Amino acid sequence: MTDSLPPTNSAATPGSAPRLALRGISKRYPGVVANDAVDLTVQPGEIHALMGENGAGKSTLMKIVYGVTRPDAGTIHWQGEPVTIDSPARARALGIGMVFQHFSLFETLTVAENIALALDHRAPPSTLDARINEVSERYGLPVDPKRLVHSMSVGERQRVEIVRCLLQAPQLLIMDEPTSVLTPQAVQTLFGTLRRLASEGVSILYISHKLDEIRQLCDTATVLRGGRLAGTATPRLEDDAGLARLMIGSELSPCQLPPKQPGEIMLELTNLNLPSSDPFGTHLQRVDLRVRRGEIVGIAGVSGNGQKELMAALSGECLSPDAGAVRIGGQPVGRLGPAARRRLGLGFVPEERLGRGSVPAMSLSDNALLTGAATAPAMLRHGLVSRRAARDFATGVIAAFNVKCGGESSIASSLSGGNLQKFIVGREVRLDPQVMVAAQPTWGVDVGASQMIRQALIELRNRDVAVLVVSEELDELFAICDRLVVIAQGRLSPSRTPAQTSVEEIGSWMSGGFIAAADAKQEVRDAAAA
Amino acid sequence: MRLRLEKRAAPSAAMRWAAPLMATLLMLVTGMLILVLLGKAPGDAFRVFFIKPLASVYGIGELLLKTTPLLLCGLGLAIGFRSNVWNIGAEGQLTIGGICGAGVALAFGDTESSWLLPAMLIAGIVGGMLWAAIPALLRTRFNTSEILVSLMLVYIAQLLLGYLVHGPWRDPDGYNFPQSRLFNDWELLPLLWDGVRTNIAFLIALLLAALSWIFTAKTYAGYRMQVAGLAPAAAAYAGFSERRNIWLALLISGATAGLAGIAEVAGPIGQLQPQVSPGYGFAAIIVAFVGRLHPLGILLGSLLMSLLYLGGEQAQIELALPSAITGLFQGLLLFFLLAADLLVNFRITGSAR
Repeated sequence: MTDSLPPTNSAATPGSAPRLALRGISKRYPGVVANDAVDLTVQPGEIHALMGENGAGKSTLMKIVYGVTRPDAGTIHWQGEPVTIDSPARARALGIGMVFQHFSLFETLTVAENIALALDHRAPPSTLDARINEVSERYGLPVDPKRLVHSMSVGERQRVEIVRCLLQAPQLLIMDEPTSVLTPQAVQTLFGTLRRLASEGVSILYISHKLDEIRQLCDTATVLRGGRLAGTATPRLEDDAGLARLMIGSELSPCQLPPKQPGEIMLELTNLNLPSSDPFGTHLQRVDLRVRRGEIVGIAGVSGNGQKELMAALSGECLSPDAGAVRIGGQPVGRLGPAARRRLGLGFVPEERLGRGSVPAMSLSDNALLTGAATAPAMLRHGLVSRRAARDFATGVIAAFNVKCGGESSIASSLSGGNLQKFIVGREVRLDPQVMVAAQPTWGVDVGASQMIRQALIELRNRDVAVLVVSEELDELFAICDRLVVIAQGRLSPSRTPAQTSVEEIGSWMSGGFIAAADAKQEVRDAAAA
Repeated sequence: MRLRLEKRAAPSAAMRWAAPLMATLLMLVTGMLILVLLGKAPGDAFRVFFIKPLASVYGIGELLLKTTPLLLCGLGLAIGFRSNVWNIGAEGQLTIGGICGAGVALAFGDTESSWLLPAMLIAGIVGGMLWAAIPALLRTRFNTSEILVSLMLVYIAQLLLGYLVHGPWRDPDGYNFPQSRLFNDWELLPLLWDGVRTNIAFLIALLLAALSWIFTAKTYAGYRMQVAGLAPAAAAYAGFSERRNIWLALLISGATAGLAGIAEVAGPIGQLQPQVSPGYGFAAIIVAFVGRLHPLGILLGSLLMSLLYLGGEQAQIELALPSAITGLFQGLLLFFLLAADLLVNFRITGSAR
């Protein structure tokens, strides 16, 4: 594979016009060039991958194709004809359908009602149900038109989105990171559906950064890097290193996890039950978890299965009525707030960087105070904050974690996602925690920063800190964890070492496969107690 | 071609501070234009409005006198606004502060005593805090909007004042006017110097401006409130209590408004009347924003607003204009400030989409 390969592919029938051809597409936003002279060609019946790291410009390019955004320069040809796509309705009229990464469904409505709302032409409910059933049977996408969306899992919701697109009989289907919400098994089902669609002549634009999936599914790949075309490739003929090099422009080095004997229990959850305050949230049920000094425990799971609630219960943003259900260093902390838990040695990296882990409009040195004032005595004296101590601390974090910024007085929102995440992780690490909890620490972060963050967590573990990581990236968890547990439907699975388990087992647990066994065990225990 | 607003990547810090100055300038120009349309000579109107009030020592004294309640209310409100707590009812807290302070004077003021004046001030402060505690309680308990509750409480406070001066607190020797008795000398705040009506409340207000700067810039409590205002989820993440923030913001702004109220009643007014404020509590909202929620800016803003009050009075006398002229200028100032702020944060582009 080289950058000089022409942007065509083997599946193209000579003489026929490509389904979609973008030439020289550019889009500027204030301060960023999202797309810079990007070319893309998709043939009929082709599954075409659009690859790139977060921030490479994939989403902007797809928004342009779907008519959400208009390009500053460049042309779009559809079936060989030049077109202007000025709205999603126009895109749908041409035969372009899109399944978004974040679903746009009304939770209080049924499947059929949601689909009816999205159709450009009003369809009578009686025939709509029949059409939904027909499409869902034909493509192996079982959905019940009468079901309410809030009762459905994320995978089921995605099926609704796909069925909704297919009802319009699209010629081009855009899928934006569709597998980030699916278990490994559900991914295979989805791939079956996509291959079937492709065999019927539908073109598919598949946006992803997961190399193995792209190699399995896609005929051709277009790679973006920093808003520009980095090249095109035939994924089946490439190995991971080659694809990654194209995507990030450098080599990956694997993480090292030296063997280590874990110490005493530092973080302990015992039979934690917590109803969610969000009506569509997940209730935590009978959650047991132990994290020892010097080990990294990873929590895998499909998003929306209680991760958010579990993190809030650990951080203290959500209190538990039973104080003893959460213990840090043996102390019951269920009813203590975040600051009190920090003083007992908790460090916490939340999922949202901007607005939760940091105050966007404040400088990095003021953001150091956010959690530093509660734990670092130098930053707070008699109710007065020491700006000098905060500045020194922030400067230390910036240097140690190689945070690219204009210094400690830079405003948090001026940093790139990866650099801000390095700052937040660095802040929490340098506050010297005994227990470190990190939620999606590398989500949306470029590969270089991800590497550094993972290494920082491993170094904490090597320094005898208890580390808990929640992630949706199974590869990441298998690479850095001493033990793995799975969260599904607000329940926590038993723990396994990576060597004891497999992607298949974790995958089946992610769809709740461990729950029946756990319930049976509980019944036996209850009977024994009675 | 369609005009639309596009967010600026980084709003200029200099323009943020220039915006209030530009708003003031535009207010002057537009205001003068309106006066010209009303048939007044522009030079004349400008002189009457902005020069004449300041042409004597007495005039300067009046300027500082009216600056005092605006500064007091503005400082308190700004602390709340910075933390996203929207107390719109400083006018009501000011009224209750006046009532409570006056109540102490009416109950115990017949004999001279040195603790009376401090007790009146404290009663005024406590009264303002109690009135502000109502929206705080309802917000933290039932999640009601403090904007609506504090605003509605303004009218209740004013009706309560009306009831008191028409009924139980009316001066029996006052020829049936709806007023309390006149305060004794020992019930009035000492004047700063002879020949003006400015009293020591102005010095207290200056002291509080300094304290509020220390509070916002140096204390952990001030930092927590600012975080709560800028990013509520970050405040929750760091463990800063939202309830404490709401209570603190409302109690502080209630206290300063209450102090402003008793300082008016025990100052230039010297008795309880059906109206103790020409809208200082509302004008202070504009003052807080014109001053960029910064104590020094609020001091300058309240001087400007005070001048608008004086100029408005002067214009009524000399140019035979209605009293609404003050409100007109206040409105222009706010309008242009909001417009300027919009353009600081956004730019207008001509492209479609």
